[in-house]
Amino acid sequence: MSETANAHDVKALAADWRDRKDREDWSAEDQAALDAWLAQSSAHMVAYLRVDAAWTRADRLSALRGNPTPQRPAPTSSSRRTPPMLFRMAAAALVLGVAGYAASDYLKPKPVAHTYATAIGGSETIRLSDGSRIELNTDTVLRTEFRGNRRFVALEKGEAYFDIVHDAQRPLIVQVGRQRIVDLGTQFSVHRDEGRLEVKLVEGRAQFESASGKKLAVLTPGDVLVKRGPALIVTRKSERVLSDELSWRRGMLTFLHTPLSEVAHELNRYNRQKIVIADASVARLTMNGAIPATSVSAFTNTARDVFGLKVETRGNDIVISH
Amino acid sequence: MAETPESNRENADPHGSGAGMTASDVNAWFVREVLPLEAGLIRFLSRRWRNKKDVEDLLQDVYMRVYEAAQKEMPHPVRPFVFTVARNLLINRSRREHVVAIQSVADVDLLNVFDEEPGPERNVMAREELVRLQEALDQLPPRAREAVIYRKIEGLSRREIASRMGIAEQTVNRHLTDGMYAVAELLWGKP
Repeated sequence: MSETANAHDVKALAADWRDRKDREDWSAEDQAALDAWLAQSSAHMVAYLRVDAAWTRADRLSALRGNPTPQRPAPTSSSRRTPPMLFRMAAAALVLGVAGYAASDYLKPKPVAHTYATAIGGSETIRLSDGSRIELNTDTVLRTEFRGNRRFVALEKGEAYFDIVHDAQRPLIVQVGRQRIVDLGTQFSVHRDEGRLEVKLVEGRAQFESASGKKLAVLTPGDVLVKRGPALIVTRKSERVLSDELSWRRGMLTFLHTPLSEVAHELNRYNRQKIVIADASVARLTMNGAIPATSVSAFTNTARDVFGLKVETRGNDIVISH
Repeated sequence: MAETPESNRENADPHGSGAGMTASDVNAWFVREVLPLEAGLIRFLSRRWRNKKDVEDLLQDVYMRVYEAAQKEMPHPVRPFVFTVARNLLINRSRREHVVAIQSVADVDLLNVFDEEPGPERNVMAREELVRLQEALDQLPPRAREAVIYRKIEGLSRREIASRMGIAEQTVNRHLTDGMYAVAELLWGKP
């Protein structure tokens, strides 16, 4: 994709250089090797500047050291390498209510149970302490519970995309009604809609189980699992199709030969104003393209201007007909 | 202007015309003016490119182009320049990869590039930065977080950290490298 090396690798190398420079055994030869590396490519240079500036700024964290009482901290721990400005910042932090932290405060386990919810049309990204991310789609309720060796997430309603940092000692379990998905190092989405459950696996592997732990399926990239009542179907979709179906993560809904009835159903998940398709013949028309999830007018304009349909507002509904 | 090194140095304009700018001026400029735009750039690129996995590499290309341009002539104002570079990169890439149709609908708003990020950048303010750093720290993987706390808050040496954590010094190095990587990601890239 990039014209040069993979950005992630370059950033990792830059962090490695910066860390080595911080060590006691850093020599003139090492410095010459670093200079040569930096001269090789401006990609190296910008990655190094970026990690170096972040790491230098992280020195400000020392303002959090110990108890931020007004008196002068013990000379050995601070004044040796800390300019006085940091003490002023510690005081500022106190005023702000940031409070001072001893390292021991930081290292205590943090509160573990949280509930997250999004409104209709809303979205939210949760970043977990283990580096995992969960993206909540519209109208979604999700509960997380992290304790000891347990990483547990319950999807109460709606849809979420999981990008999970795998930890064999602490598998992450997503509970959905009476089923659960056990992550085996993976990115996937889960959508719960009335009696229907859909899991799309983008990367890695995950196991789909009953609540009692009975293995029902192992999902690999491209797999789409649909469970409705006792029926369970797994189909395979191309990366491109899957990416389109997950375009809600970018705030877009992507359609490919999709009947207008389905387009309306999807849009209605994101908007309080509901689209009603009045005629069966209209419902069968299909469309291609991408629409911002919260823009009802993008759809109604297309219906009117491209399909030549009638668009009428009735209370909270927008009725589309011939 | 007389073409002597002296006069160049004395007339160095803070916004820079390019002449007389040293490599370290360019580096300092990049850190001060461009890196704080990262979260906005990531958002900009993600909204306009179908495959999210490419965004990290696209960002690298934007940075390279901006940095190389600045070596010749320091752009001013910075923000519109940087976002124009990003936009042109996306357009060239789309053409090259024949991404058309569906994407084009999503890209209608490319024209409104400069309305994207109103208001001041989240740069400067030391207190805000401290809060940000703290947030970043809270999101590090547990062992890396512990090592960074000992190094940056407690100011311990690597050897001391190794004995405190009961691990080899080499492992401390690895945690700190991971920590550096993650602090940079969170400090610059997090919205």
